[in-house]
Amino acid sequence: MNEITLAVKHLHKNIGKRKIIRDISFELKTGEVFGFLGPNGAGKTTTIRMLVGLIKPTSGTIHICGYNVEKNFPKAMEWLGCIVENPELYPYLTGWENLKFFARMLDTVDDDRIQEVVELVGLDNRIHDKVKTYSLGMRQRLGIGQALLNKPKVLILDEPTNGLDPAGIREMREFIRYLAEEEGLSVLVSSHLLSEVQNLCDRVAIILNGEIIHTEYMHTLLTKQEKLIWRVSPIDKAFTILQKAAPSAKQDQTYIITPYLEDSVANWSKLLVEAGIEIKEMNRKIPSLESLFLELTGGNSFE
Amino acid sequence: MNNLVYNEMFKLVKSKRIIVVALIIAVMISMFTYAQYREMENIKKRLGDTDWRTTLQQSIIDMQNRIGSSGISEEWRNQLKVRISQSQYYLDHDINPQDPGAPTFLRIFLDNSMQLLLPLMVMIIASDLVSAEKSIGTIKLLLTRPVKRRKILLSKYFTLILSVSLILFIFGFFAYAISGLFFGYRGWTAPILTGFTVKNGELDTAGVHLIPQWSYILMVFGLAWFVSVVVGTLSFMLSVLIRSTAAGMGVMLAFLISGSIISSIASSWQEAKYLFMVNLRLTDYLQGNIPPIEGMTLPFSLTVLAIWGAAGLLVSFLVFTKRDIY
Repeated sequence: MNEITLAVKHLHKNIGKRKIIRDISFELKTGEVFGFLGPNGAGKTTTIRMLVGLIKPTSGTIHICGYNVEKNFPKAMEWLGCIVENPELYPYLTGWENLKFFARMLDTVDDDRIQEVVELVGLDNRIHDKVKTYSLGMRQRLGIGQALLNKPKVLILDEPTNGLDPAGIREMREFIRYLAEEEGLSVLVSSHLLSEVQNLCDRVAIILNGEIIHTEYMHTLLTKQEKLIWRVSPIDKAFTILQKAAPSAKQDQTYIITPYLEDSVANWSKLLVEAGIEIKEMNRKIPSLESLFLELTGGNSFE
Repeated sequence: MNNLVYNEMFKLVKSKRIIVVALIIAVMISMFTYAQYREMENIKKRLGDTDWRTTLQQSIIDMQNRIGSSGISEEWRNQLKVRISQSQYYLDHDINPQDPGAPTFLRIFLDNSMQLLLPLMVMIIASDLVSAEKSIGTIKLLLTRPVKRRKILLSKYFTLILSVSLILFIFGFFAYAISGLFFGYRGWTAPILTGFTVKNGELDTAGVHLIPQWSYILMVFGLAWFVSVVVGTLSFMLSVLIRSTAAGMGVMLAFLISGSIISSIASSWQEAKYLFMVNLRLTDYLQGNIPPIEGMTLPFSLTVLAIWGAAGLLVSFLVFTKRDIY
């Protein structure tokens, strides 16, 4: 279950003299959800467009299930499903007609498969309505349905939760996890929100100014970067105690900030309580993308 | 490939573009038919009660007298003979040349719509084929299927040719059906003068002869189809090059209109004859109208149009298969 389905090696893209993408390399394995995390304009969408063959890379190779995207485009695309940016479908066709339309461009898809996909994305009730009457969430689901028609091994979703309400985001997250865990797909999702990828992805690549600056398993990244915020009284006494236990502890006005270390936290609070300090609040906090970048890049390359 | 073309036609029908074109054609034809009908009523009123057979008989006798007289050129005599047999046909078959029936309306209407109306209808379809996919964003889905880009574009081009044929069919059908309500459906075999050539800027009528109207109409349809395909191909190219459908249509419209202006004013600008839009009125050659610029003949115009069409197609394919989609 650990074969490589998508392999990207030394990808570059120049537009004129500007280097949009610089030396991006990564691999996706079956059953894995891989996150592309970066601010808007970092090069996520450009990279994704190269992966799906919409943009020609200046140099570097992309292989999907062993097929080179540039040299053997139709073969490579047989194993790929994707939504690039918004799920744009033909508004004047019904959901079913849209799926049927894309099925005609594939050799292996019959009506049974379309029905199966419709049920999978939960659109049975509205599938024969025109797409222009769909909500954004329904369009997103139809878009995924379209991407799943050919039973791909690699699914690429660009900002899949963009514009969805909280319930929709949750639903989408569960669906993507299901596809990876139960169906064994490799899923690549991009996002500009750390909070969004943290519950969704197994591994994440942080991309900035066209470069991957960091690739890490999600749980390692979070343990490294997660913070614990303490509101205690008296604060000065607490700070000396915590600083002894966790040397990187910082005092920020009325709060003390320490790293979040699951195994040590209980011990620290015990120390505080034994010293007669009142703990008013302990808050585990995920860093914002900006502060994560600052940490990872030493604070000077976030232009 | 069949599936791809089916898909494209399916979209055209579902997006109602074909229906809009058909409606425009129907409205136009109804208007022209009515205008023509009023015109004929007017002529009849002016002629009063005189029987058209008497008038026609009189003009035949006039022409026969002129042939008989000495001192007229061989060429002129030949043309008079052709005109006499044309008039004689109308008498023999009891057809009023002023009131000729639906096939004649169809022929005249087609002659006159070749420069502007027909290319315009084709343009509505062609200029949208690629740029619409870009503006609604479905191009990204279309180009990430396991199908090569050139196949996608080729299926769109086949669709264009099918639509051109369909538009011409709608054109012919409506023109015949609607005008027939006023003028009657007879007249397929009426004789039409053709065979004119132009030598040194003057009309040469030596080869003039009569052919039945249906065969003339067939020729006009063939030429109209060719013109429409070329105009369609160029709009198609603009649709590949320009993201906005409206801008593409605007550019093409400017070309078409400038074509009719140049034709009427620029007879001394020789190079203008290599512009595609000056060469659209192919039926002029059949009718014996002097072409707008010296040196233009039917084979010349066909060649110029074919070259423009081929170049447009080549550019479309080169750009479409290479370009990055953002």
